[in-house]
Amino acid sequence: MFNSTLKQLSGLLAQKKLSSVELTQSYLERIGRLDPALNAFVTIDAAKSLVQARAADAQIAAGKAQPLTGIPVAHKDIFCAKGWRTTCGSKMLANFVSPYDAHVVERLNAAGAVLLGKTNMDEFAMGSSTETCYFGPVKNPWDHARVPGGSSGGSAAAVAARLAPAAIGTDTGGSIRQPAALTGICGLKPTYGVVSRYGMIAFASSLDQGGPMAKSAEDLALMLNAMAGFDARDSTSLERPPEDYTARIGLPLQGLRIGVPKEYFGEGLAGDVAAAVEGALAQFEKLGARRVAISLPNSGLSVPAYYVIAPAEASSNLSRFDGVRYGYRAPEYADLADMYRKSRAQGFGAEVKRRILIGTYVLSHGYYDAYYLKAQKIRRLIAQDFAEAYRQCDLILGPTAPSVAFALGAKAADPVQMYLIDIYTVAANLAGLPAMSIPCGFGEGGMPVGLQLAGNYFAEALMLQAAHQYQLATDWHLRQPPGTE
Amino acid sequence: MPLSIPEVKRVAWLARIEITDVEAAATQGHLNGIFKLIEQMQSVDTAGIAPMAHGQDVVQRLREDRVTEADQHALFQSIAPQVEDGLYLVPKVIE
Repeated sequence: MFNSTLKQLSGLLAQKKLSSVELTQSYLERIGRLDPALNAFVTIDAAKSLVQARAADAQIAAGKAQPLTGIPVAHKDIFCAKGWRTTCGSKMLANFVSPYDAHVVERLNAAGAVLLGKTNMDEFAMGSSTETCYFGPVKNPWDHARVPGGSSGGSAAAVAARLAPAAIGTDTGGSIRQPAALTGICGLKPTYGVVSRYGMIAFASSLDQGGPMAKSAEDLALMLNAMAGFDARDSTSLERPPEDYTARIGLPLQGLRIGVPKEYFGEGLAGDVAAAVEGALAQFEKLGARRVAISLPNSGLSVPAYYVIAPAEASSNLSRFDGVRYGYRAPEYADLADMYRKSRAQGFGAEVKRRILIGTYVLSHGYYDAYYLKAQKIRRLIAQDFAEAYRQCDLILGPTAPSVAFALGAKAADPVQMYLIDIYTVAANLAGLPAMSIPCGFGEGGMPVGLQLAGNYFAEALMLQAAHQYQLATDWHLRQPPGTE
Repeated sequence: MPLSIPEVKRVAWLARIEITDVEAAATQGHLNGIFKLIEQMQSVDTAGIAPMAHGQDVVQRLREDRVTEADQHALFQSIAPQVEDGLYLVPKVIE
């Protein structure tokens, strides 16, 4: 059951071979048994989950089941869910019980899914290893001495260890794709604007995008069907007709043009990752795809530009945490300004403070043009590189991350080394393009390797088709961490 | 361009984050490493390139000027650090 696809689980529920209450209880029991070693979950509320499971069973009994009705889904603790503690991995929000639902949460509720629990994450989604969380680091289910990637490391570890059939995450610079790669699961960051940001605690608003994390491309498609949709409360939400992301997954890949950027296979890419990705490219050629050599000349500038834009937007977004209306307030202070300074100094962790300081600096008087404006111009160059590339190919394939999962603590002391892990993922956020990661093999230490599939605006269905066809021909996505069978 | 300790402290002051001397020294090292990375941006000529704020260059939607939100005052204040008579309490700012 824990290896079942969403479609299979839905079938079992429809045939009454299993109730949503039983399914939810089984996962809760499994979380209770396996999660203490992983720390993937921050909050479990069995009573609340079971209320939803009972409601789902009633829907199924009434013949009103939808594809996700009764399926437990783990939520990254960045999505506000009414009545649930929503911490964003921070001391600042350690006691914050959300008074409302995020749009994605509303949609999953309306789809009949069961909120299984809130998953651990880098504080305010700022990190690539899920080590900056206030609630302690998450361990990689494949090797507990290694990181699961980040910032959606809790959601990734939960799916990888089969503690949830599927999960939701957010991706500002790779935070869905990179942990998916490092834990051997699938994750998709949609085109910016496809999934509403309403109720998703803001990090960098022009880059943040929610998306699904699951064991297979088909499961991602079913999740995205439920998550995507226009929402007037997010001013950047796109008004588009609803799309069925599963519609074309069964189609063959004959004639698909796969772009392989030379910049993604140069210095800095580990040999084991390169070999696994090469193997995947060969597999796609066997499936009828054609390989096209392309170039993304400005890709080396994506990390520098990202570390101006994301902190700048974060410094503005996180100014709301001042200890007045909600969140942490310092116990002692001299006056109002001192209350702000002490509440923020005590409530935020080191990485969050670092990014707020970078952002404050680049936006400060005299530096705006040299940093923020410059970065916004580079952002256009990067988007133009992709526009040029997509004239020659339909999808761009390459590694998701430059290496397999590294040891806990290995990069924690050097922010720049940590930032460079996102070298292949941040460009899609800067351009607002969709991109996903699927497992494509194993590297050093038996750790999973992720293949990134990126597409043009609104190419999610095509990406999912390519990923699904690959998964029909391979079994990397079916492998699971030792000890979780 | 390396940041001095007084500059680090000034940025922390602007960001409303209290910082100790020890923290400022450690932060200075980290920030200067990060700015060295950021400086790579200067290697490309961006003259004549329009800055990009959003992937799709969409225009901001406007909505009708009418009330859409219900009053949830009590619910929202139930999670505040300190409230009294429906007001958020902060240290006195006017003598």
